Amino acid sequence: MEFFTDTTMIYIALAAIFGIFMAWGIGANDVANAMATSVGSKAITIKQALILAAVFEFAGAYLAGGQVTETIRKGLVDMDAFGTNPDMLVWGMLASLLAAGTWLLIASMRGWPVSTTHSIVGAIVGFAAVGVGVDAVNWGTVGTTAVSWVFSPVIAGVVAFLIFMSIQKLVLNTKNPLQNAIKYGPFYLFMVGFVLSLLTTKKGLKHVGLELNESMEFLLAVLIGIVIALVGRVLIGKVKFDQQAEKRFHFANVEKIFAVLMVFTASAMAFAHGSNDVANAVGPMAAVIDVAQSGAMAAKANVPSWVLLVGAIGIVVGLATYGYKVIDTVGHDITELTPSRGFSAEISTAMTVVMASYTGIPVSTTHTLVGAILGVGFARGIAAIDLRVVGGIFMSWVVTLPAGAFLSVLFFYLLRGIFV
Amino acid sequence: MPKSHIAGLFGKSPIRPLQEHMYCVYKGVKHLIMLVEGMNNDDEQQITAAHQAIVESEHLADDMKKDLRHNLPRGFFMPVDRRDLLDVLWMQDQIINQAKDIAGMVVGRKMRLHDSMSTLFQQYTERCVSAVKQALQVINELDELVETGFRGIEVETVEEMLKELSRIERQTDECQVELRKILFTLEDALRPTDVMFTYRLIEWMGRVADDSQRVGSRLQLMLAR
Repeated sequence: MEFFTDTTMIYIALAAIFGIFMAWGIGANDVANAMATSVGSKAITIKQALILAAVFEFAGAYLAGGQVTETIRKGLVDMDAFGTNPDMLVWGMLASLLAAGTWLLIASMRGWPVSTTHSIVGAIVGFAAVGVGVDAVNWGTVGTTAVSWVFSPVIAGVVAFLIFMSIQKLVLNTKNPLQNAIKYGPFYLFMVGFVLSLLTTKKGLKHVGLELNESMEFLLAVLIGIVIALVGRVLIGKVKFDQQAEKRFHFANVEKIFAVLMVFTASAMAFAHGSNDVANAVGPMAAVIDVAQSGAMAAKANVPSWVLLVGAIGIVVGLATYGYKVIDTVGHDITELTPSRGFSAEISTAMTVVMASYTGIPVSTTHTLVGAILGVGFARGIAAIDLRVVGGIFMSWVVTLPAGAFLSVLFFYLLRGIFV
Repeated sequence: MPKSHIAGLFGKSPIRPLQEHMYCVYKGVKHLIMLVEGMNNDDEQQITAAHQAIVESEHLADDMKKDLRHNLPRGFFMPVDRRDLLDVLWMQDQIINQAKDIAGMVVGRKMRLHDSMSTLFQQYTERCVSAVKQALQVINELDELVETGFRGIEVETVEEMLKELSRIERQTDECQVELRKILFTLEDALRPTDVMFTYRLIEWMGRVADDSQRVGSRLQLMLAR
């Protein structure tokens, strides 16, 4: 009995260490992609980006991160297959965290564009299929997830295309683009605020201790949307116009307004990223802690909210210790993206990713953003997109899945060798 | 080193370099006015200075052209066709090349115009240079066109500018006809070689306007895509 508690402690400690390390890595590296577009288009400073990212990553992870965490924790593998031997699940999840972390480390050192989501899903499927048995994998969920990796960039691309076209129609291609930007800007903010808060309240407020009925949720979402739109309107009012810049480029002042609007979409991006990607670290951690604490499969139990909290804190710490450097560098590299484009791309990415989080599907925020940027490109809105880089990013998941799987099988046998 | 693949996604925009190239071309071509003034005033110094300025611009434009071509790989997804863009660049370059040939010929043959042509030729040159200026202004609208996704009011503005460019080019054609007429009446009075080269000078100067017009036409194709 004493031996059992010792192992339990070791399991929980390892899960916490690996999980926090993974969350730290997500905060240090991954968040940059979400925030850099805003920094790059000079919409916000590094410091502002850091604060916004910290607040909204945290909020996203804590309020809307539950569904994806559930999927990672117990949706990808068939819990029944572990019924007789829950230790297998513990080793597997620990191995997956290690594998994904290692692969991400290798990839970022080599400069490969890999996604945390793909690494962890590949790792979990790997250990379950090879280490336990092909039947241990919940192929239905894995299939849906894989399909969503194709669909999320496509959907984000189509939405970004439509949003950008609507901005063209309502603002840029009018006789008085400046006035129209001031007029219609808040409506877009309302849309983002409404969609994000509706999806969040529908699933996320339970563990905060708030129970609302459907019409209350709807009302709350409308209210939040209105508040965000009003705040946006006030901030737009404070924009100082530059007549000199206007002479060189007729849309200089319109872009200044979009730069303000982009502060909101950047926050939405951070929220979306937190809601989907924190699960990559927290999901396996939660699974291990579950089993270790109860000594059995607790398929019905919900993710304890403190686990989400730990993941959220891990991301913020990663952001504060290393992520800001990445955002800085990346921000300086992105000079060709104007605020109106970044705005369109970020709105659609945030909405697509939060939609995925709502349904509990782990998607790659980076891939979704790439899809959105391509969508704006298709509307003839971006001067040059390097398709070779696009190809590299999309091809990387073909490599990441087997790599994550291979490493996790390796670690799985290693851990089993140690603990048995 | 922290690195993002989102940053790598954006290629260097070819629009600004293209505009800068055209500006360089225009700055060089402007000296044609000085060159013709020098011919009319029989001011050797001014002619040499103009020639030098044009040659310098031509070199600079050449470097810019090579630079832009280097930064325009096939894998770029752009709102304008890569082929169209390279064609515009090539045509812009033709303009300054033509100006250089004109200046070179004037200096090399110590050319002077007959008094009865000098005023009209001066006007002709100024018109041709305005065509280049108009083409430059059209090219300068390219970033606004990208901003508006090549749609709407901005397209109408550019269409208007292109019409103006055509109008200027037609005026240069009319000047050219007039100049040829005068030269024809002078043929017997002048040295045959001088006649020959003056015809060539008139023709080459006209090409400066023609090439500007071609830059505009190619841009029109970009709009239509």
